[in-house]
Amino acid sequence: MAIVVVPALLRPLTGGEERVTVAGRNVGQVIDDLERQFPGFRDHLLQQGELKPSIAVSIDGEMGTGGLLDRVKDSSEVFFIPAIGGG
Amino acid sequence: MTDTNGSLKHSRVIGTRPIRHDGEDKVTGRAKYGADYALPGMLHGKVLRSPHAHARIKSINIQKAQRHPGVYAVITGADLPEVKGVMANLGELVVNTHYLSLNVMARDKVLYDGHAVAAVAAVNRHIAEEALELIEVEYEVLPPVMTAEAAMRPDAEILLPELRRMRMASRVDPGKLEGPDQPSNVAGHIQFQRGDLAAGFAAADFVVEREFRTAAVHQGYIEPQNALAVWDARDHLTIYCSTQGSFNVRTLTASMLTMAEGQIRVVPTEIGGGFGGKTTIYLEPLAAVLAQKSGRPVKMTMTRGEVLRATGPTSGTLFRVKIGASRAGKITAAEVWMAYEAGAFPGSPFAPGAMTTLGPYVIENLLIDTFDVVVNRPKVAAYRAPGSPASAFACECVINELAEQCGIDPVEFRLRNASQEGTPQPAGPPFKKIGCVETLEALRDGEHFRSQLRGAHRGRGVASGFWFNGGLQSSADVNIHIDGTVSVVTGSVDIGGSRTAMAMITAEVLGVESRDVRPLVADTDAIGHNDVTGGSRITLATGMAVYNAAHDALRQLKARAAILLEKAPEEVEFRDGAFYTPGGAAPMPLKQLAAKLISTGGPVTGRASLNAGAVGAVGNAFASVCVDVEVDPETGKVRILRASIAQDVGRAIHPSYVEGQMQGGLAQGLGWALNEEYFYDERGNLRNSGLLDYRMPTCLDLPMLETLLVEVPNPSHPLGVRGVGEVNIVPPMAAVAEAIYKAVGVRLTELPMSPTKVLKAIMQKRQKDETEMAAAD
Repeated sequence: MAIVVVPALLRPLTGGEERVTVAGRNVGQVIDDLERQFPGFRDHLLQQGELKPSIAVSIDGEMGTGGLLDRVKDSSEVFFIPAIGGG
Repeated sequence: MTDTNGSLKHSRVIGTRPIRHDGEDKVTGRAKYGADYALPGMLHGKVLRSPHAHARIKSINIQKAQRHPGVYAVITGADLPEVKGVMANLGELVVNTHYLSLNVMARDKVLYDGHAVAAVAAVNRHIAEEALELIEVEYEVLPPVMTAEAAMRPDAEILLPELRRMRMASRVDPGKLEGPDQPSNVAGHIQFQRGDLAAGFAAADFVVEREFRTAAVHQGYIEPQNALAVWDARDHLTIYCSTQGSFNVRTLTASMLTMAEGQIRVVPTEIGGGFGGKTTIYLEPLAAVLAQKSGRPVKMTMTRGEVLRATGPTSGTLFRVKIGASRAGKITAAEVWMAYEAGAFPGSPFAPGAMTTLGPYVIENLLIDTFDVVVNRPKVAAYRAPGSPASAFACECVINELAEQCGIDPVEFRLRNASQEGTPQPAGPPFKKIGCVETLEALRDGEHFRSQLRGAHRGRGVASGFWFNGGLQSSADVNIHIDGTVSVVTGSVDIGGSRTAMAMITAEVLGVESRDVRPLVADTDAIGHNDVTGGSRITLATGMAVYNAAHDALRQLKARAAILLEKAPEEVEFRDGAFYTPGGAAPMPLKQLAAKLISTGGPVTGRASLNAGAVGAVGNAFASVCVDVEVDPETGKVRILRASIAQDVGRAIHPSYVEGQMQGGLAQGLGWALNEEYFYDERGNLRNSGLLDYRMPTCLDLPMLETLLVEVPNPSHPLGVRGVGEVNIVPPMAAVAEAIYKAVGVRLTELPMSPTKVLKAIMQKRQKDETEMAAAD
């Protein structure tokens, strides 16, 4: 089971838990399991069935390419963080 | 030099300093910038801009302007389609298209001095300007809200009635309301939190708590925005413009005009600077609509005044910083509150400001709150490491003060807390291999930091900074010509010498000389997708695409050589610019093979397209600077005596251009530190909309800026490259503040540290010292 580090302002959804255990082999499945465990989570992360453009996913220190198909391992640590731009 | 994928044992080209391919055209005036373009029958467009910072538009009458001789078209917001609020993903940018449309041209409300209200196309710009004066606009003037502090007050005038304060998992997550359901000027709030803050501060022997402000500053690119739009008979639109991202211009313009992207071709011209400011659009949709209405090509070019009044600067900011450290010089806790002015519409760099500040340090107990706040100023745009310079100024000043309280050298203090591989970033994910420690060590061991600074009113300061490297999408073609020369084609606008870097990477892989490779930047119809030139990503990510495309060409060339050498392709080796077979015939140089491409199958084109991931996916950058200043205690004027920067560049493809980026960022940071700011009067009108009054540093203000290239190879890049364009602007301001403190004993907490502010601080200190001495007597 992978670990999701919950963004600080979404921790009310998880009862204040910073790290939660989730099932899933990719980012989409991880979000599905987050929603199952903590209803309301999905709306913060998805827009029209895709990851919001404003959100980036870090899996084991590697930034994904932005898709729900990015692979997640049982031992993975997953962060949902703001996507950013540069100048 | 480190070749992380093992394909380059020895570099012949990478690390050398050939003359840039576009250099002669630029120094002889042959290079064509946007304003140089002209088409038969072309009209000139101009924009009527609001004289008010905040007002309702009650009516616009364009009849007199339409009748003015020489005028072909007049447009207002009513001529632009209504655009729904879609969050468009532009790779590096996330844009609310509804607000972008309102920024391109106001509809029922103007939100800053200079906001576009109407536009005219005429036979020349003088007639267009005359026509602008004939447009009658009736306004209902509203109170302007000019700072984040004022905008966040409960009784503040509201800019955008539909805006609610949102709790956000990310910067534009329309997620959940925070607080009561009522209008707010706060567009967003992000928080990063870990550890036990109370316990961390309880463990501190020293705690420093300060408030900081930074002024909005402009990128200062020398070439104003421009756009030339022309429609063809099939209703296809072509736009020539100065931009950092032609594909983004295509996407955004299509969105503004509710067109399909495939109907638009964008041709990027040479670009006279951008620094992030040309990652969005202003004139392109207006030129397109004027051209459509008039049936003629329309060119629009901003004046300097328009650039300063109406294009995006960076945010003004407010910070409250509290950091604790043990006597041994270990940071125990940090709490940072930050508010970024977004300008008239949401979208300041409040997230990256929070994600980068304190990035150079291991901090177990951390709380960062960051807010996006709308104010009656131009909508901000990206500016070199957006958000990070301001937050680094605040936190690095406190780090310097803590080091002093601990009695520890500021570089040593930083080294005791320095981030390394595995250290969690402020946003949470761990760093991969980084060069934070190495840049500090390079600075510490450099001649500048080790030298003695002598003389009255002189001081030295240091500071560090962190910024991400961009990833995103890039495409490249490598064409082998029959004479053995090569062209490398990308869609990445060259803003800092990247064409030469692309040529050098190609030359390295193919064993030819850099001068034998012609690098080109193609338009949006001629090459695969390339995201914006920004985020320190071009030599890094587009360079990766070029590297892959050159290898693709090489693979094909080996197959052709195998035909001629009568061997299997896998038996052909390539080294030193020639093809070999073990024990076979004489080596075949690439030029010789190129001459036989026709007879062995035709042209060879190597191709590569890639998505290098989100910003931060392929590396991170660190820099540390050392600055010496001299302060005139009678006038408050600060003179930069010496400045040096150590930066982890991964691997320098062309060291001169890497040094140029480092010097450029450092110079801009010094200007931000000492001089640059927007002056608005009480009505919200900009009072310094020219470069005489908006004071950017010139070469007369700066010494030779010294560079220390630190090469900690990027493990995520085949050549070890890191993005080098941005992190250099992050640390200078705090280093200057510390140097001023060391020189005259006053700690400045507001940017710019102009003579007025420095003198005021010196006089307050004198008064305080005299009061204390009198009390002691």
